[in-house]
Amino acid sequence: MAVEVKIPTVFRKFTGNEATVELEPGTIADLIDQLGSRYPGLKEQLLAGDGELHRYVNVYVNDEDARYLEKLDTNVGEGDTVSLLPSVAGGA
Amino acid sequence: MKFKSILDAIGNTPLVEVPHLSPVDDVRIWVKLEGQNPTGSVKDRIALALIEEGESSGQLTKDKILLEPTSGNTGIALAMVAKMRGYRFTAVMPDNASSERVQLLKAFGAEVEFSPGDKGTNGSVAMAQEMAKDSRYYMPFQYGNPANVLAHYNGTAREILDDLPTIKAFVAGLGTGGTLTGVGRRLKEHDSSIKVVAAEPELGELVYGLRSLEDGYIPPIFEPDILDGKVKVRARESILWTRELLQREGIFAGISAGAVIWVAQRVAERLSKDGTGGDVVCLLADGGWKYLSTEAWTQDIDTAESQVEETLWW
Repeated sequence: MAVEVKIPTVFRKFTGNEATVELEPGTIADLIDQLGSRYPGLKEQLLAGDGELHRYVNVYVNDEDARYLEKLDTNVGEGDTVSLLPSVAGGA
Repeated sequence: MKFKSILDAIGNTPLVEVPHLSPVDDVRIWVKLEGQNPTGSVKDRIALALIEEGESSGQLTKDKILLEPTSGNTGIALAMVAKMRGYRFTAVMPDNASSERVQLLKAFGAEVEFSPGDKGTNGSVAMAQEMAKDSRYYMPFQYGNPANVLAHYNGTAREILDDLPTIKAFVAGLGTGGTLTGVGRRLKEHDSSIKVVAAEPELGELVYGLRSLEDGYIPPIFEPDILDGKVKVRARESILWTRELLQREGIFAGISAGAVIWVAQRVAERLSKDGTGGDVVCLLADGGWKYLSTEAWTQDIDTAESQVEETLWW
């Protein structure tokens, strides 16, 4: 079993409209590299100039925000699900 | 309890244990019932704080019209406080907000401007910011006004510590970030080992269908570093646990409550595994009344899920 990555609408123009992509396990940084080599331009959307995650991109590993795990070093194993979501204003 | 004005009845909400919802023996889960505030949500606290801050800074004068982007609760709370203090108020709200919210706003005498529902709360924020360029308006702006955070630092957090000084973790929903930032800051000053965890809604595809990343938004008052974790929760789990809260504990709360309970259960399991145990406090932002039209309690779960996802449930 691989890692399932859910792609939000805003990035689907890079993935030929695919909503989910299967990748090899690794750290989030590894997964982003895999996405970048398969879909040119996508890595530059996910990372900011300093190499960290873009501030408006949230990466979740099994529903937990990776910023509060090990950030880009968070390990993602077989069977885990990764979701990429843009940050939006919350209800209030 | 006796009060001179409804405004004095804001806050000091009940903290109730929910023993049938804790997944482990050595962790107790407590819920702070913010639906017990006068207009039925936690937002009464910040509405009063925002208007008092505007008055004391001199920016809010009687000739101004209050203006605020809101998904409902803040608008309803501001409408009530505005009425009591003698201000006109215009709420900017997505057009897919539940009908109860629109009716409540109008009942309190507010005017409502609708922003496109498919742009979510981002759309309301953008529209209100544009309207606020007109000097007739005063926009407190809950997403950027420190009075929001202070209402929770001085009120909500103090109440929790008075009731439960041994608290080990706090869970609340993420909207403006005001609750988590204000409560989190005071709890960590009290005991830096207290964990502060956010529950975040996984909204429908439509809301995330932004044209570009540059439309993303992080509320200026939210301090992400105050959190120890952030967990996203789907509408389905939120509905299921909002129902369980009613079935097992007799508490009728809004749909975001289910998401907060779900995350608190994960936190409880972790505290138990660490051997820490202890008390977890959940802030339940509102009561269930404003969500009845979604049929979240009465339909089968699949229908309820799709009906809730079509409306603004957070």
